[in-house]
Formats: sequence, structure tokens, C-alpha cells
Amino acid sequence: MNKIFKIFSSSIVVPITAIVMGLIVGAIIMLFGGYDPLLAYQSLFSQVFGNLYDFGETLREITPLILTGLAVAFAFRAGLFNIGGEGQFIIGMTAASFIGIKLSGLPAIIHAPLAVIVGGIAGGLWAALAGYIKAKRGVNEVITTIMLNWTALYLGNYVVMHFLLLPGQQRSEDLPESASITIQWISDLFSNARIHWGMLLAVLAAVFFYIFLWKTKQGYELRAVGLNPHAAEYAGMNVGKNVVKAMFISGMFAGLAGACQVLGVFHYQSVLSGTPGIGFDGIAVALIGMNHPFGVLLGGILFGVLTYGSAGMSFGAGVPPELIRIVIGSIIFFIAAPGIVRFVLKPLYLKRKKGKVL
Amino acid sequence: MDWVTTLGQLMNTTLVFSTALIFGALGGIFSERSGVTNIGIEGLMTFGAFAAAVSTHFAGEAGMGVASPWIGLITALIVGVLASLIHALASITFKADQIISGIVINFLATGSTLYMVKLIFHGDGETALLKNVFNKVAIPWLSKIPIIGEGLFHNYPTTYLAIILVFVAYFVLFKTPFGLRLRAVGEHPSAADTAGVNVKRMRYIGVMISGALAALGGATVTLTTTSTFAHNTISGQGFIAIAAMIFGKWNPIGAFGAAAFFGFSQAIRSYVSLFAWSNSIPQEFIYMLPYVLTIIVLVAAVGRSRAPSALGEPYDPGKR
Repeated sequence: MNKIFKIFSSSIVVPITAIVMGLIVGAIIMLFGGYDPLLAYQSLFSQVFGNLYDFGETLREITPLILTGLAVAFAFRAGLFNIGGEGQFIIGMTAASFIGIKLSGLPAIIHAPLAVIVGGIAGGLWAALAGYIKAKRGVNEVITTIMLNWTALYLGNYVVMHFLLLPGQQRSEDLPESASITIQWISDLFSNARIHWGMLLAVLAAVFFYIFLWKTKQGYELRAVGLNPHAAEYAGMNVGKNVVKAMFISGMFAGLAGACQVLGVFHYQSVLSGTPGIGFDGIAVALIGMNHPFGVLLGGILFGVLTYGSAGMSFGAGVPPELIRIVIGSIIFFIAAPGIVRFVLKPLYLKRKKGKVL
Repeated sequence: MDWVTTLGQLMNTTLVFSTALIFGALGGIFSERSGVTNIGIEGLMTFGAFAAAVSTHFAGEAGMGVASPWIGLITALIVGVLASLIHALASITFKADQIISGIVINFLATGSTLYMVKLIFHGDGETALLKNVFNKVAIPWLSKIPIIGEGLFHNYPTTYLAIILVFVAYFVLFKTPFGLRLRAVGEHPSAADTAGVNVKRMRYIGVMISGALAALGGATVTLTTTSTFAHNTISGQGFIAIAAMIFGKWNPIGAFGAAAFFGFSQAIRSYVSLFAWSNSIPQEFIYMLPYVLTIIVLVAAVGRSRAPSALGEPYDPGKR
């Protein structure tokens, strides 16, 4: 009995129940719209798992989500709200494109990793700027990261238009083969799905996140600052330095996401008309993953599967793919308010153990 | 080029661009002054823009004519309040993390509005182009004043409404007992509770006003500038409204100034291109200007802006 109690209150049950409840909310809304929810979910999953190509493409969809999710989660752990994933993603993308196109001729073994690293560092510096402004002048990072998103958008477009442009097109030249991080043999295995090293990088980033934050002194300081900056300062920690550091690492994750996207998926950079949205999606992924790196991995997978599968839902059952955002929103809602989940689970639980309130 | 006319027009365009931001920022202020972070302004604006577009469309179909945008505005207000209740329920009653439930609003907004648009308009990702929208109204007499007349007194009714609401909001927040209670709940909920203020109720009201105002902001976008609702009708304006709120230090008049500043830097884009020297500046830098300027102003002059102390914390009467 005690075991059951533990499972109920453990952190696994709440997210799973939340996911199920989110899918149910989606089903109810589909019924209201006159669609067949069972057919829709079936089509969703067959879109993802139906053939190797689509499965590979789902992995491709998941990769940047994990990285931007890690970016948001990392900042959260240090008490910062990084809404700037969008901008850091664009800066990472642009820096990687720049290195990719301008340094063509380098051997692939140097060129591609260099482009990835520069992309990550550029994203990190972009975020660190917001951290620095916060540390020095106390300006709320929410407002600076929002402003930096738009600045990055136009800065990225400027670089593409003036330095990397494919004449007559609204995009950069193609990146050379040496700057590609596509894993050709796996890609071939998955009938040409765009699979690249970014997937591995995302997993490594999550591991780095975990080790850094929970196994090192610097990580301890970051968490301390996140939990209570005043106490941390009183204990002799340099809060400002930690804020800049946290933002740098956070932005680095988002920058890597951008770099991988351009080096592994598109192999060129378009002139953007709006911000890509992936930074905001990262917020959702971080929340689903409860700001834990391994949770973020799972959150990214869930988000990616639902998003990629939503196209199948649209073909198979005619359901507008936007519905999936309602499902994701509901899942986050139920995770955020565990009170609601417990409320739903309570009758189930009470049957097993009378009298004790969760 | 007649600079007097240009100046008037620039002022006019500034206000047009600021209107939605003013509403959004005011909405943010009411929620945050009561201690509830509202990152969902973007979503609430989306709900408002959608509700206004759909209801104005059908009111127009039903032959309501010039009254239809007003019906749109009222519908948006109601939908905004209802949507904000989700945020209130999660963050106040269920003590969820307020940032999270705000994000939820944003997700639900983009998802459900497009879902419904596709249902209502048979698969199109956009509402029909609205036949009845607001037209600019010249206020008699005042609109004859040089520069200011064109700038201030020849504008959409929603813009007048926004400016009036700035002062109403200021009055309500700082000169009425209600405002005092609302702020008390955001600064020190347990003290307010001891003094007999119902913390949860005040916060619910704050969030609901926030939903109403933000939705009105979204509605002004569809009913004045775009005349339709699509996936990109509200793209980032809610976040800029939040920025304006912080920039304006959670004060309606400050937020108005900040919103006008953003509106001005957006408006100036269209005028800069009229000058020959602007050709030497890449267009992208002109686009960047409002955002970079904001950062510079914040770093140089404003510095620390202090949020309401209890912002983001669910109220727990048992906690000391």
C-alpha cells in the first residue's frame, strides 16, 4: 500500500496523467468539431511511427526542441526566465551559416565542429548580454530577451542579405559539404530523413546540464542563486557573475539548436519574416520536463512526436493540426497544476487507502 | 514635404501602433499589481483578436452594419475574461506556477483560435475580410489644431478609448479603495488578508480585468489595422506589451509612455524611408531600432524597475 502511495505522489505519475488528460481534452474538442478522435490519434501515431522516413524526421523535429528546452530549463534553475531562446537560436544559426559559408575549403573534420561551436558560443554571448545588463543595471531579463529576439531577427537577416546572399533569392548560399553535420549512413538507413549529429549533441547537452548543475561547485552556486539570490550573496557568492554565466550556458544550448538546424537540416539560411517560434516552444518543453534535463529530453520527445504527428492527424482525420497546441497547452496546464491531477486521482487513491488526504 | 503635416501624421501613426500595446500593458498591470504574473497577455490578445473578428463578421452578416465592430469589441472583452479565468483558476486556486499557466494561455490561444477559424471558415486559416471595421473619427474643433489636431484628434475610437483608459486605470489603481486593496494584495497578501481583504477574490478580479483589457487590445488590431484574423495577427505584440508594462514600472501612465515609444519607433520606420539619407542605412537596422533603443534607454536611464513584491507567489494563508 505504501508503495502505491509513493508511486502516486512521485513525479512520474503526475506528468503521465497530465498527458492522458491532455489527450482527452483534445479528443473532446475534436468531438465538438465533428471529428473522430480515435482516427485522429491513430493517424497521429502512424504518421510518426508508420515508416522509417517519418520516424527519422520526427527525431529531426525533436532535436532542437530538446536544446531550446534545456536552454529555458537551465535559466529557470538559476532563477532566470529566458524568453530569448528565439533570438539565441537565430544568432546561433547565423553564426554557423557565416562560418559555414565564409570558411569553405576547410576540411570537414574541422569545419563542421567549428561551425557548431561558434554557433553555440554566439548564442551564449547573445544571452549573456541580457545577463550582463541584468547583473550591472538590474534590468529585468524578460524585457531584454524579448527585445534581443527582435534584434536578432533583423541582425540575422542583415547578415544573410549582405554577406551570404544567394543572388536573387531570399536566402543564403548553400552551405558546403564540409560544414554539414548530417550523418549520411543513418540518414540513408531512414530513407533520407534529415538525421544529424545534433541528436547526439542534444543528449550530451542534457547530461552536461545534469552533471554541471548537480555535481559541480559552480552548479551548486547557480542553483543557490536561483533559489535565493540574497542568501547566496550573503554566503559570499557573486550573484551577478552567476547570472551572466547561467545566461551564457542557457543561450549556448539555444545557439546550438540553431547551428544544428542550419548545418544538419536546411544547409542554408532563409531571410526570416518572423521569429521561428522554437524558443517559445522550448519554454513548453522545459515546463513539461519540469526543468530537469532528463525531463526535458522526454518533454522534447513528446512535443516533437505530437507536432510532427499533427500533420498526419490532418491528413488522416481532417483535424486542423493546430489542435495539437491545445493538447500541449492542456498537458502543461495539468502538469503545472498538480492539484488538478491529484484531484482527479484522489477517488482512485482513496479506494486503496482510506482517510489519508494527498 | 510639408513637415507640419508629416509631424501630425507621424504622431497619428504612433498612436495607431500604440493602441493595442496600451491595452495589453494596462491588462498586464492589473494582473501583476494583484500579484499574478501574466505572461499570457499575448494569448489573451490573440483570443480577443479572434473573438472580435468572428463576431464582427457575423454581426455584419446579420445586417448590424456600423454597430458590428462595437459588438466585436464587447465579445472580445467577454472572451478575454473567460480565457483569463483559466489562468486565474490554475494560478490562484490550484497554486500553479504563474509563468506556466500564462504560457498555457498562449498555447491554448494559438491552438484553439486557428482550430475554430478553420472550423468556422471551412478550412481557411484566416477569417473573411471584415466589411465593417472602425474608421478614423475626427473630433470636431480639436482636430483643426495644427499638428496636434491631426496627431491626436483624428483617430480610431479604440485609440481614444485606450488613452481614456490609461487615466481611468491610474485613477482606479491609485485613488480608489479598490485600487489600494488590489495593490496591497500584490505587495503583501498576508497583511492584506489580516486587514480583511479577500486575497483570492482580489486576484481573480485583477486577472479578469487583465483578460478583458488584453482582449480589447487584440480586438483593436483586427478591427482597425488588419481587418482579418490569421495566425500572425498577434505576433509578439503581447510580449512587447509586457515589456511596456515593465518599462513603465507597472504604472498606467508609465506604460502608456512606453507603449507610445514602441509605437513611435514602429511608425518612424515608414517615415524614415522618405528621407534620402536613409538609403545609406540598411533597412534591417531601421527595423532593429525600436528594440535596440529600448535596451539602451533601459540600461542608461531607467535601471532597476521593481515589481510588486508578492508577484509570482501563490498566496498561502498558512505561510508566515
